[in-house]
Amino acid sequence: MAFIELAGVDLAYTARSTGANTLAVSGANVDIAYGEFVSIVGPSGCGKSTLLKLIAGLMRPSRGNVRVDGSEVQRPLKTVGMAFQNATLLPWRNIRDNVMLPLEIVEPYRSTQRQDREKNHERVEMLLAKVGLSGFADRMPWELSGGMQQRAQLCRALIHEPSILLLDEPFAALDTFTREELWGVLQELWSFRKCTIILITHELREAVFLADTIHIMSARPGHIIKTSKIDLPRPRTLESTFDPKFVDVVHDLRHHIGKGKQS
Amino acid sequence: MKKEALERLAPWLTTAVFILIWWLAIIVFGIKNYILPTPLETVQALAKYWSPLLTNGMATLATTLIGFGIAVVIGMVLGILVGSSRLAYKALYPLLVAFNSVPKAALIPIFVIWFGAGTLPAIMTAFMLSFFPVVANVATAFATIEPELLEVMRSLGASQRDMTLKVGIPRSLPYFFASLKIAITLAFVGSVIAEIIAGNSGIGNVMLVAGSNFNVPLVFAALVVVGAMGIGMYAIFDFIERRMTGWSARAEITTQQIGGA
Repeated sequence: MAFIELAGVDLAYTARSTGANTLAVSGANVDIAYGEFVSIVGPSGCGKSTLLKLIAGLMRPSRGNVRVDGSEVQRPLKTVGMAFQNATLLPWRNIRDNVMLPLEIVEPYRSTQRQDREKNHERVEMLLAKVGLSGFADRMPWELSGGMQQRAQLCRALIHEPSILLLDEPFAALDTFTREELWGVLQELWSFRKCTIILITHELREAVFLADTIHIMSARPGHIIKTSKIDLPRPRTLESTFDPKFVDVVHDLRHHIGKGKQS
Repeated sequence: MKKEALERLAPWLTTAVFILIWWLAIIVFGIKNYILPTPLETVQALAKYWSPLLTNGMATLATTLIGFGIAVVIGMVLGILVGSSRLAYKALYPLLVAFNSVPKAALIPIFVIWFGAGTLPAIMTAFMLSFFPVVANVATAFATIEPELLEVMRSLGASQRDMTLKVGIPRSLPYFFASLKIAITLAFVGSVIAEIIAGNSGIGNVMLVAGSNFNVPLVFAALVVVGAMGIGMYAIFDFIERRMTGWSARAEITTQQIGGA
């Protein structure tokens, strides 16, 4: 049985300025297995981010069902981590305290944060080391480059050991070299945490590099027009992105996105 | 190093130039001292009347700080309310703007009818003049929290209280302190006006009495006292602001860099 299941999901919203009803997502069907790395790609404005908010329970569907772990999503799930294109770190907190933010909110950490202070600091330190930020815990966000801020944001999204990690174009604002480096970091984090990851991106190479399954969305109102399994061997390296098989997969996906735009 | 020294000296230099122009104008145009006293006569008045100036200055300072303190508390609460709830914004903001548009001096006679002449109308006026900047700034800080940050918080199951305490209030501090610097000077304006119109003590009252006796040097000495108190309070809040929210100046530079890339 699917861990995350969207069945016939519509999402309509009313624009505040015009009062017009717009359909952002229409008839979306997605099944995601536990521990799967899924990527959703599609033209901009196709409702990809809306899909994430539906899964996180930040929005309720106008029609259809969103189920996570067998039960319908009615309110914000507390078992998700989120990361965005903007690092959204709190500028008044150092990196350690930024990463610890979820522990101050999510149970059971919330009630034990005082006595577990030392232990939590160690966990932060370990996670920071995993993303290559050892020794940066006491720095302030503005002392870090964009790429380093994104690494810190990934740590914040994972510190409370969520079962679902939702990533909304987390690398889109970074330069190519930093971005490709962070693909490796994310793959490494996933192989060690084994949570379910849903990554939104419009970079096809990124999706192919990271995902087990890629869902392609149509232009607005968005629905899934194609699902591809990527069975390239892991761990994938930057070398493998030049492999003819890798290039073929990217090429094939590009073709489908082109079709999605026309329909 | 040389530039730094110049920056340090700049406010004193401009003050000296201002005093010089004032003095020259009196000499050049032959202005009588019951119209405009010289800086020296003003200083002499300060020395001669230091005791009443001190007691009344302290009275004005107390009145101002009480009105200002009420304004800060009420302004903060209203600002959080208006900034974090759309409904509260819609419901309260027009009323707040209307309230702020009323000339406060016109309300002093009403306060006198309600509370009698004395300190209470001055406190009320100081409060009325100074609470709006606090509301507006805190509300702006709360209303401009990045939507992604709110989503991160909500997806963790954060309550409204969590969001206010962990994000809203720390984020609003730079805005809050900036508003305090404006609010404290407005509070002085409010209390002194009320003392002039309806006071029986305070610097405003000193000015009223001195004016009716044509003791213009004392009026100016009183003005200097008000100005000095205003600068003093401003400096205190400026210092606190820098100690508490040093992160904000740097953080803004970073956001601009990211925005440009």
